[in-house]
Amino acid sequence: MPSIDCENELKGRRLLSDFDANLHELNYKNIWAGFKQLVPISLFVVVFGLAFGLAATQVGLDNPSIIVMSALVFAGASQFAALELWGTQVAIIPLAITIFAINARHLLMGATLYPWLRHLPPAKRYGVMLFVSDANWAMSMQAFSRGEPAMGLLFGGGLTLWTFWILGTWLGLYFGSAIQDPVSLGLDMVMGCFLLAMVFGGQKNLRILVIWVVAAFSSLMAYWYLPANSHVVVGALAGGILGALWMEKQQ
Amino acid sequence: MTVETTGFGALIIILVMAAVTLVTRWGGVYVMSFVPISYRIRQFISAMSGSVLVALLTPLAINGDNGARLALLTTAISMLILKKPLPAIALGILAAALYRQI
Repeated sequence: MPSIDCENELKGRRLLSDFDANLHELNYKNIWAGFKQLVPISLFVVVFGLAFGLAATQVGLDNPSIIVMSALVFAGASQFAALELWGTQVAIIPLAITIFAINARHLLMGATLYPWLRHLPPAKRYGVMLFVSDANWAMSMQAFSRGEPAMGLLFGGGLTLWTFWILGTWLGLYFGSAIQDPVSLGLDMVMGCFLLAMVFGGQKNLRILVIWVVAAFSSLMAYWYLPANSHVVVGALAGGILGALWMEKQQ
Repeated sequence: MTVETTGFGALIIILVMAAVTLVTRWGGVYVMSFVPISYRIRQFISAMSGSVLVALLTPLAINGDNGARLALLTTAISMLILKKPLPAIALGILAAALYRQI
């Protein structure tokens, strides 16, 4: 019955909640396509990396350590935070807690990607997660929600971000001083504007709007009254719980 | 417990940072593998995926300078009109840069 199939497919494209089992395919072609798709935004990542490389040399880290940190940690905000705690000695437990708190949003990213990742064998599943970062997660979640295959975008795009993050860090070691004041050029706003564009690119209706308001309010309360860096997790969980209580009509 | 940042100390600290970050990248997927994906869980997940971003951005908009706010506002409006991320992001950054030159 082709007409019903067609109707179901349309519903699938419309519904944010529809998780299709055939969207998880991972091959060289779609990884390469994903890699290329993230190159434009990665040019901004280079500037971030450059700023990190420069800041890291200024707290006294040696060049090989800085490159190793960017390659192995690959999480900009937490790396900058580590520099704040850096000295001749580093208290390891407070550092680990800080890194965990700042990167706790990865837990949520992994959870949101799970409905598609679960179709991959465990090795691939956790392999893909090595390269999850804000930009490739946001773009692939949007594509998955529209009913498009996006595993290549997630993994290939992650490789792009990782490569350009390391490249940027390396450039920062040698040419960082060329950019005198990244803030006056608006470069501190790159990630904020990118993530906001992702928010506004998604589904919009009254339910989603109320969820966003609750998430924003909870985040702000946590930001002011709860321990540092808890606001992302608090806001996300508040929005998620409301979404679970106030469900869309099941099709 | 403190670690000296000379010699191998720096490397050990970096490895700890990498391990903690890896736990955050793998933890969410690992935990979800024990949760049956019901319709309610799907609704939770999709609501949470937008809420993460909103929760990340709100303090930035409230506590940022006017340049930051103008950047976010410009990106939001451009996104609603143009519906294309890259021009919307570029215009947002441009707005912050221009505002901060004044």
